[in-house]
Amino acid sequence: MAGPPTENMDPAGDGARRRRRRDCLVVSLAVGVIGVTFGVFAEAAGFDLPRIVVMSALVFTGASQFAAVGVVDDGGTGGAAVGSALLLATRNALYGPVVRKMLPDSPLPRLGAAHFVIDETTAMAVAQPDRRSGWDAFWFTGVTLWICWNLGSLAGAVLGGVLSTPETWGLDAAFPAIFVALLATHVRTVAGRVAAVAAAAVALGAVPFSASGIPILLAVFAVIPALYVRHRWPSDSEGLLGNESGGRP
Amino acid sequence: MIVLAAGSYGLKVLGVTALGAVVERRLGPLVSLLPAVLFSALIVVMTFETAGELVLDARVVGVGVGALAVWRKAPLLVVIVGSMSVTAALRLIT
Repeated sequence: MAGPPTENMDPAGDGARRRRRRDCLVVSLAVGVIGVTFGVFAEAAGFDLPRIVVMSALVFTGASQFAAVGVVDDGGTGGAAVGSALLLATRNALYGPVVRKMLPDSPLPRLGAAHFVIDETTAMAVAQPDRRSGWDAFWFTGVTLWICWNLGSLAGAVLGGVLSTPETWGLDAAFPAIFVALLATHVRTVAGRVAAVAAAAVALGAVPFSASGIPILLAVFAVIPALYVRHRWPSDSEGLLGNESGGRP
Repeated sequence: MIVLAAGSYGLKVLGVTALGAVVERRLGPLVSLLPAVLFSALIVVMTFETAGELVLDARVVGVGVGALAVWRKAPLLVVIVGSMSVTAALRLIT
């Protein structure tokens, strides 16, 4: 996958790119370990090797894959599995508006890049100071994460229950921590802080009452108080993303 | 599974094409707030949710340590290893 033509003129220089890509790679490797768990889990649920491999390569949305396999494991129908998985995948559609400015303009590369629009790639991309380094973080995370996720699920499916659970290693705490780090740049403004706090409250409140995937979608309503705050106190300076996409007088 | 693969890809494409354009045109100011909203919701769900219930366990402490590391501007690797090791250690002793 080629970057925009201006990519090698990265003003922040090679050092910044190396640091950026190292962070992306760390995230990808952690996801790879989760991929191993997915392989173990899917294999235990009765999925054969080709199906596990094809699923990780083509569906490529971790939470959805776990949901689909989980439903099948509980004896649910294929329809129920697909339904709950797509519910979780719906947030990827919400990431589209966030990252689309960084993606290539021509249709074919853009459609290719769309496959990689997931939690981690979006987060790494919007954590960058500008559009160009955002695209660099996006594709680099996308490609390395895809490789790690697929190698991981393949290894998990082959090795099966030989490996212990990732909870033993505290890996389930690593992911929220990664997103705390990636959230940091978005809560520098008052509006951003209001959005984050309101979203956390909505999501927490919704968890006991709704199917998985729903709390995160409901949290989108948290933009309402945040937009009000921004409207009320317009002098509040926006982050880089705000200048790029929202940037109105 | 073909339905699932097509559906999840379709949602992603929808986001970067039609939906993305509409959201941006109609609700421009909203887009810059979406990362804060989605990541924040993702964090609390991943920290407190287990099988549809809110649960307080070792994860919470681990994520807290991670957040502390973020606040102290530690590198991402330190954040990850810190939150993991604290969570794993707590599980080992409890």
